[in-house]
Amino acid sequence: MTIEELVRDFGYKVITGSAEDLKHPVKGVYACDLLSHAMAKVNSGDLWITIHTNINVVAVASLTDAACVLIPEGIAVEPQTVERAAEKGVVILSSPSTTAQVCHEVLSMIGMKS
Amino acid sequence: MNNVIVRDYDIPANDFTAAGEASSSVRKILVQLGVSPYVVKRTSIAMYEAEINAVIHGHGGKAHVEIDGSKVYIRISDEGPGIPDLELAMQEGYSTAPDSIREMGFGAGMGLSNIKKHSDIMKIDTEVNKGTTVHITVFFNAI
Ligand SMILES: Nc1ncnc2c1ncn2[C@@H]1O[C@H](COP(=O)(O)OP(=O)(O)O)[C@@H](O)[C@H]1O
Ligand SMILES: [Mg+2]
Repeated sequence: MTIEELVRDFGYKVITGSAEDLKHPVKGVYACDLLSHAMAKVNSGDLWITIHTNINVVAVASLTDAACVLIPEGIAVEPQTVERAAEKGVVILSSPSTTAQVCHEVLSMIGMKS
Repeated sequence: MNNVIVRDYDIPANDFTAAGEASSSVRKILVQLGVSPYVVKRTSIAMYEAEINAVIHGHGGKAHVEIDGSKVYIRISDEGPGIPDLELAMQEGYSTAPDSIREMGFGAGMGLSNIKKHSDIMKIDTEVNKGTTVHITVFFNAI
């Protein structure tokens, strides 16, 4: 399951990410808004769901080698964050769905293995 | 690899556009050296937490990093308020971070315990009104 396929299947909006970046595989999901938890628990290749849209999200996603960040509930992403993510090659997606719904969607596609 | 790679970084106070840059740079070096993903991950977690603590609690500071064939040593120092009760500060969940910092997702009180968990040697020197220095070592051959 690639980022691109998730975008296509669930209509996630691509906020940042080149066509090349979107070909990367999504291997798992992690959802938590505490950055220390995310830092320790996001695995390489995970889709990380957080409601935070500040610039620190880019640093955590980049340091954990997350496949992408997904911002749920249609929350607007801060322009500074979008700019930095584009610079760093961090993919940000957005969805009107809740965190729980997105977890369900993505986990159903990657087969519940964690 | 016999030579030692040495890097020094400034960590500006309360500047979140720069926060994590030192850790990112070290991560990149380790990846380039072909260090195992496990060691890269542990080093990134430990260094980022110490870097963020210098940013949000220590009025900014400096990072000094030495990488040789067997380990990465990281020293993050600041001249901030120091930690009055280190044992208390080490407890998971203890945090003095103000609301403005918590709103960004920091302040879980997990930073120091994350550093301990994800490093092989952690040592903290701290003195009230003088500052704090965190020494972190991660060995490459750790299981
Ligand atoms: N460099 C530092 N300078 C001063 N105080 C610090 C420093 N690092 C940590 N502390 C103190 O220790 C507490 C716990 O730190 P930590 O476990 O990283 O949690 P958090 O950063 O989420 O508050 C902090 O809230 C702060 O009171
Ligand atoms: Mg901390």
